Amino acid sequence: MKTLDLANTSLREINQALHEQASECTEREWKITGAKGDHNIACGLDAALSVDIEGHAGYYCAGMNKKAHVVVHGNAGQGVAENMMSGTVRVKGQASQSAGATAHGGLLVIEGDAGARCGISMKGVEIVVGGNVGHMSCFMGQAGALVVCGDAGDALGDSLYETKIFVKGSVASLGADCIEKEMRDEHIEYLTDLLNRAGMDEDPKSFKRYGSARNLYNFKVDNASAY
Amino acid sequence: MCGIVGLYLKNPALESQIGALFEPMLIAMTDRGPDSAGFAIYGDEVENGTKLTLRHEDMNYDWAALAESVKAGLDTSVDFFQNATVAVFKLGCDAAAATAFIEETAPEVLILSAGHSIEILKEVGLPEHIAETFNLKGMKGSHIIGHTRMATESAVTMAGSHPFSTGEDLCLVHNGSLSNHNRLRLELKRQGIHFETENDSEVGAGYLMHRLQQGDTLTEALENALKELDGFFTFTIGTRNGFAVVRDPIACKPAVLAETDDYVAMASEYQALTTLPGIENAKVWEPEAAKIYVWERS
Repeated sequence: MKTLDLANTSLREINQALHEQASECTEREWKITGAKGDHNIACGLDAALSVDIEGHAGYYCAGMNKKAHVVVHGNAGQGVAENMMSGTVRVKGQASQSAGATAHGGLLVIEGDAGARCGISMKGVEIVVGGNVGHMSCFMGQAGALVVCGDAGDALGDSLYETKIFVKGSVASLGADCIEKEMRDEHIEYLTDLLNRAGMDEDPKSFKRYGSARNLYNFKVDNASAY
Repeated sequence: MCGIVGLYLKNPALESQIGALFEPMLIAMTDRGPDSAGFAIYGDEVENGTKLTLRHEDMNYDWAALAESVKAGLDTSVDFFQNATVAVFKLGCDAAAATAFIEETAPEVLILSAGHSIEILKEVGLPEHIAETFNLKGMKGSHIIGHTRMATESAVTMAGSHPFSTGEDLCLVHNGSLSNHNRLRLELKRQGIHFETENDSEVGAGYLMHRLQQGDTLTEALENALKELDGFFTFTIGTRNGFAVVRDPIACKPAVLAETDDYVAMASEYQALTTLPGIENAKVWEPEAAKIYVWERS
């Protein structure tokens, strides 16, 4: 394992060292110590690395991740794993707003709470949150799944496309075109597998499923006279 | 973008170190606000009478002459000390009489704050430079809030620098921008609130002052602010006894809180909290949208 300390190595050098693993992987396991809310730690990785970050991460940690397995042993600031393509990002503490924003793939696990707009415009990522999520989570979510083991804030799933949402606790309010849906066997099966992969010890049957009512998909001819 | 920071001490034993604890917090927010910086510190109370923070850009301004003039004109006791461009006056009379007299007889002097406890110090320039100019690290007090400004709504001037104070012992720092400040300023002026600038954040401070004058508690004033103020804001507010944090209902602007047995700290970003003692084991969380957090001593 290679250890790099933010106290004596610049973030640019650390990210460069991680990026160089994309062309030829010589070291799989990395540890980054001394994180004190620095932004952009381990962004743009493109190799099957295992990266442990000790301390709290600032904005956009593990953004654009491909293939790598990144663990933040602390809290993460805004936009953790934003636009992730594949791989895994795990936050042991809490995450600020816009966690997993626009992410296309991979698995994002937040063991604590996530702030507002968790999974905004998500496009295929799977997000599992151990605690609560803030307001406007999954706004315009297009694909993938959001699992919330705690409660969800206001306007959950507003203007939703095809992201699946599972919430165990309460939902403060549903956003436009987001509705509760039946939990069928196939959903229980999928959620069981996802919770297992996320390492969450929860009963899949205790969750409710939410999804798009698909009323906003098409222009309603009744509105033609408005123009 | 701007940076805001605040530190409220629960443990009085730390009061002698508040400046030293706070200086790195303010400097850590330089990336978010390199244009001007300032802070409001509470402590060194004047129980009977008034404390004013006054500013004149000339370091050699004759503060002693002003003190003599106030003493004679208002027939009151005057004690003062100078700190760079600022002088702190401690007077035996009430704040309204003192500020009216100084505004009339020494219009070249800017009144930064008035109250029993508050002192506001601010300048254009880098936070590091401002902390050094006023010897922030040597200051004592019970709570302190600060601001580093990246100007957006108005120019990089002393007038646009935070913190803003529009009433006794009340001040506010703001990250964000208010969109209904012009109309609100007009309405508040009609209610008798005095404004020094065209800045949107000053209207936030003026609004809170107005509500407090109407009899609101700090929490009630902030609940009303959430209804009346339109725009983006994370506010940190200082009063004689307390410290409050509130974010707008969609939580546009960042904020992080940390609490231990010794203190409550607020910052725009976690980076500003890393030098505080015991931060590794502090409760660290993101304040929720439209939720009012208040700490007050009884």
